[in-house]
Amino acid sequence: MKARLVLNQFSKFIFMLAAFFGLFFLVILLVRVVTEGIGSINIDFLTGKLSTQPERAGIMGAILGTFWLMLVVAPVTMFLGVGTAIYLEMYARKGKLVGFIQTNISNLAGVPSIVYGILGLTVFVRTLGLGNVVLAGGLTMSLLILPIVIVSSQEAIRSIPFYLSEASYGVGATKWQTIQRIILPAALPGILTGAILSLSRAIGETAPLVVIGIPALLIPFPGGIMDRFTVLPMQIYYWTLDASLVAEYANLAAATIIVLLLTLFLLNSAAIIIRNKFQRVF
Amino acid sequence: MNSEFTKTKQVSIRAIIDENQRGNSLRRKIERFIPIGLMLIASLSILTTLGIIWTLLSETIEFFRRVPFLEFFTGTTLKPLSQNPEFGVLPLLMGTVTSSLIAMVVAAPIGLMAAIYLSEYASPKVRKIVKPLLELLAGVPTIVYGFFAFTFVTPLLREFIPSLQATNILSPGIVMGVMIIPMIASLSEDAMSSVPNAMREGAYGLGSTKLEVTRRVVIPAALSGIISSFVLGISRAIGETMIVTIASGSTKNFTFDVTQSMQTMTAYIVEVTGGDAATGSTVYYSLYAVAMTLFVFTLLMNLLARSVSKKFREEY
Repeated sequence: MKARLVLNQFSKFIFMLAAFFGLFFLVILLVRVVTEGIGSINIDFLTGKLSTQPERAGIMGAILGTFWLMLVVAPVTMFLGVGTAIYLEMYARKGKLVGFIQTNISNLAGVPSIVYGILGLTVFVRTLGLGNVVLAGGLTMSLLILPIVIVSSQEAIRSIPFYLSEASYGVGATKWQTIQRIILPAALPGILTGAILSLSRAIGETAPLVVIGIPALLIPFPGGIMDRFTVLPMQIYYWTLDASLVAEYANLAAATIIVLLLTLFLLNSAAIIIRNKFQRVF
Repeated sequence: MNSEFTKTKQVSIRAIIDENQRGNSLRRKIERFIPIGLMLIASLSILTTLGIIWTLLSETIEFFRRVPFLEFFTGTTLKPLSQNPEFGVLPLLMGTVTSSLIAMVVAAPIGLMAAIYLSEYASPKVRKIVKPLLELLAGVPTIVYGFFAFTFVTPLLREFIPSLQATNILSPGIVMGVMIIPMIASLSEDAMSSVPNAMREGAYGLGSTKLEVTRRVVIPAALSGIISSFVLGISRAIGETMIVTIASGSTKNFTFDVTQSMQTMTAYIVEVTGGDAATGSTVYYSLYAVAMTLFVFTLLMNLLARSVSKKFREEY
């Protein structure tokens, strides 16, 4: 009798260890990255150009590249994602077609990001002849995160109770007026939260951009969406590869990781604040 | 009620009705055009799928005009750039399967146990803190994991396994497993939490301990969800790119030795696209054949996960 209780307590302890194992790993990773990279972070590093000498290299180009990339990804995915969600939730009749689109969206969410890279390389870079510029990278990333934005926007729209739209129809508003003035404003916090979280996914994603062929060369700062560019994760990638030759590059990679993780942390905090502050519970 | 809604735009009801009834107004055109426009936007997701399939398929067909189908799927040597190139995909499959298996050996038990803890043992308060913290792991970019595997985990493992090479399949496999833990924990926890309490209480009433209830009642009842979380985890590992590209090297090894460098399908794609393979060369087309294989693999896994969770879902 006693043995069963002891076994229960013991396994509880093991299960708890398992639950905290991931957090333990995360802490080691962070401590390791910070101790390795913090020494390299200074104003010159943040505002400097890429350089062949590790001690003079900076990441301003990558920061600007990330900025321009988001300037393409954010509006494109918001427009396409929210549009699709509105259609599926408000207009489409529940039937085979909607079921098909829905299945298709969840399948797209499971496609490896590198396959999107090949799609982008073939369609945007080669067939449309854009070259490896911000626009091509941004459109590729948009397609990659689109399924996440669609699903989270659908959930946000679905959470708006019927009585709100019925009241709107009741006073004579048309469907689009109801969507525009009642549904979308009420669903906005949910939509924004999902959009910010998927944008942070796009900021950290590397594989599609490697495939598209972001140059490792020293290129000028990007000034628009038709310029060649690099982004923070790409910088980390190249410096990690170089680290086996020159040890200092590992520190530069770690320093860039700190900047990237801080950016993601800020975005995630923004999403949580929006969710907690503006999300109404109906 | 929601004062913000009325505050944003002051419109009288009469005005709205009048506006909407006005025969040929702009409003009517908008109402007619909007659904069509939105449908076009929604169909873009199907267009994306078609785009992926068309891109991969057309170039893959060209590849199989040059390299026999059988040679590709049974060949154990991959030497795309040598004088007499050979295009066997098995070394890449070996690398992919090995790294995914290592990842699952790490992620499946730890993820499942974490899910059991969160669903059965932890208080709501602890769960509310630990779950989002665990999900932070899933939010870390894979390139960061790659850096960590290469500069920290591999040197650490070498202390214990001196024969471990600087690039090997073991270390990225383990790190990939850690990356997948939150996914398995979260999906399994959802499945276990949805097991109704009446079933647990029946077993407690017979004098079972928590462990016995978990093992004999909760896990069997949530099995479909747990299995589908495992399958999705494998699919995620198969498609993962940056960790293996950085830490497992580019040697096309057909071996069972996990201390060796091995290349996965994803890492091969990175190598070929980064190496400026001339458009039209067989190497260039092999990129698409490998990508097609990868795509089909992950698609099958995702379909399998969905059908498992649908087919074996217990009805309560």
